[in-house]
Amino acid sequence: MSTTSVAHHDEHEEHPTGIMRWLTTTNHKDIGTMYLTFSLVMFLVGGCMILGIRAELFKPGLQLMNPEFFNQLIGVHALIMIFAALMPAATGFANWMLPLQLGAPDMALPRLNNWGFWILPPSAILLTLPFTLALFGIGDGALATGWTFYPPLSVQGGIGVDFAIFAVHLLGISSVLGSINIIVTIFNMRAPGMTLMKMPLFAWGWLITAFLLIATIPVLAGAVTMLLTDRHFGTHFFDAAGGGDPIMFQHLFWFFGHPEVYILLLPVWGFIPQILQTFSRKPMYGYKAQVYSLWSIGALSVVVWAHHFFTAGMPVPALLYFMYSTMAISLPLAVLFYCWIRTMWKGAMTFETPMLFSVGWIILFGVGGLTGLVLADVAADAQYHNSYFVVAHFHYTLFAGGIMGIMAGVYYWLPKMTGHMYNEKLGKLHFWLTAISFNVTFIPQFFVGLAGMPRRIPDYALQFAEFNMISTIGAFVLGLSQLLLVYNIISCARGGQKATDKVWEGAIGLEWTLPSPPPYHSFTEQPVVK
Amino acid sequence: MLNQDKSEANKKLAFKLAWILAGALVFAFALVPLYDVICSVTGLNGKTSNVAQTAAKQKVDLSREVTVQFVSSVMPGLGWNFYAKQNSIKVHPGQVTVVMFEAKNTTSEVVAGQAIPSVTPGKASAHLKKIECFCFVKQSLNPGQVKQLPLRFFISTDLPPEVNELTLSYSFFPASK
Repeated sequence: MSTTSVAHHDEHEEHPTGIMRWLTTTNHKDIGTMYLTFSLVMFLVGGCMILGIRAELFKPGLQLMNPEFFNQLIGVHALIMIFAALMPAATGFANWMLPLQLGAPDMALPRLNNWGFWILPPSAILLTLPFTLALFGIGDGALATGWTFYPPLSVQGGIGVDFAIFAVHLLGISSVLGSINIIVTIFNMRAPGMTLMKMPLFAWGWLITAFLLIATIPVLAGAVTMLLTDRHFGTHFFDAAGGGDPIMFQHLFWFFGHPEVYILLLPVWGFIPQILQTFSRKPMYGYKAQVYSLWSIGALSVVVWAHHFFTAGMPVPALLYFMYSTMAISLPLAVLFYCWIRTMWKGAMTFETPMLFSVGWIILFGVGGLTGLVLADVAADAQYHNSYFVVAHFHYTLFAGGIMGIMAGVYYWLPKMTGHMYNEKLGKLHFWLTAISFNVTFIPQFFVGLAGMPRRIPDYALQFAEFNMISTIGAFVLGLSQLLLVYNIISCARGGQKATDKVWEGAIGLEWTLPSPPPYHSFTEQPVVK
Repeated sequence: MLNQDKSEANKKLAFKLAWILAGALVFAFALVPLYDVICSVTGLNGKTSNVAQTAAKQKVDLSREVTVQFVSSVMPGLGWNFYAKQNSIKVHPGQVTVVMFEAKNTTSEVVAGQAIPSVTPGKASAHLKKIECFCFVKQSLNPGQVKQLPLRFFISTDLPPEVNELTLSYSFFPASK
């Protein structure tokens, strides 16, 4: 049974079919599906870009592309992966699962929800259009500053920077609309009896994320707007000659940028414990401790931003403050790690694909967290700053900690969403290929980074050749193994073994009380939680 | 499907959240003057005052001697040569000193430039007092013209005792005429 035939269950509801259904829909499941599909497509687009980069880095010297194009690929890869792949995936899950988990009939503001999604495809086009325009001789390609837009380079850059600025505006509006919707849903739409402290942890993760987004996205929007007026309207926010200060941009950008890291991760920290409890067959350990830890991390994340540019020059007291506050985040994070492991402890564990991804996620995300502690050290950071060590570190947090977590969620909820079981063998194969090739890709980058290979440079010293070759091979295996994920999702949506309502033996939560797939309108009668 | 009350409550909360959003946007732009204020009050970032100081009633502290080093650079896009006529100078706090810089326009056009000062260490920046500086205004040079640019300054006697050496850097940026 495919998702379209689900519509037949609704006796009195008329809705348009074909493309109009998707353009005009206000149904949380339709919108969730669109978010997730969009995210998957952009994940593949961003992945292709980085494979181009890894191909260039396969050997020292310049083989495939000129340095300008290399820089464009790097910046757009990051923006796509962060804003168009990881964030929409989390929003997609929120749309699909929050109403089901909270016992709500739909999201609180369905029309806003529709707008929130449909802003995304135009912004993705804006972001990538300069590549195409350059082919026709218009402009000199996409933004080549890296995703951080640092002036003065971004003030001097071509039209790609303007396109990226407008794309960021749109992406920001989209995620802010999504956040407002999620907060209202969580506060107003919970089933009777579901107090805040009885909410599924996923709702907590998203609630904090949504508040962080509302507080920090406007700062990013303001910063890139200043950049725009500096570029075209003669202001001097970041122009030292006119009394401005380029370092100020770094402060504004990272005031958004650091909470952004937690915006990407908090939803994942929300649902991974739910997966762990399902496959350990016992309720998660330390629910309250996890809620408080999530809040402390959310709060700390807005006061540590300057550790991203220790080397830009700061007085020693500021360096010390940002170092210690950054390291302080590892305390609530350690509480979370303890709870995750303790949830599995002495559980009747089985290792279906979502569980494999979750356990792999804990280990690999742990590596990301520990290397982050190294970078937070002011003295050590002077050497590691802008090296491949940083690249490896944030891929352990954002690919392993973000995307592999999302994949765990995909396999966990796919049977619920489609009504069919995915192919377990292929799922496990996908996990092992992803986990192994991910490490093959990024472990060598720690080494070359420690040895001093700078990031965002298309060429490198001969001594780094072997490690880069290994890294490139790993990246291509990693990229190609994602085709298994695509195949698995499509074949699961098309048919397969029928999933039960509960899907997983140990599943806990309201979403598992509904049929798989859930009817188009779920919970018209709100369930009562005791 | 939603009953009327709930839908009203949802809208209300959404509007409240929109106010937070607007507040955050205002905050973003408020950070710009805030940043400048913090920098000028604390001297972080090595920013010096762009207002001429007076040397009145400043006692010269002969017991201390501070080395002031000069760094000069020209930013891309400005076809000038620019250098300090002496690399460093030893001064007593409170003693008014004149240092000459020289700029030459190597292009065949009239070009204007603006010098931007910066002091290291940052905590010394508030104690470097400029009485007269070519950096207060834009400088315009005719093709091939060589111009002597004076800097008249003194080091305040409240300079923290641990600072024995400070560096004053000037970067000349292209300026619109």
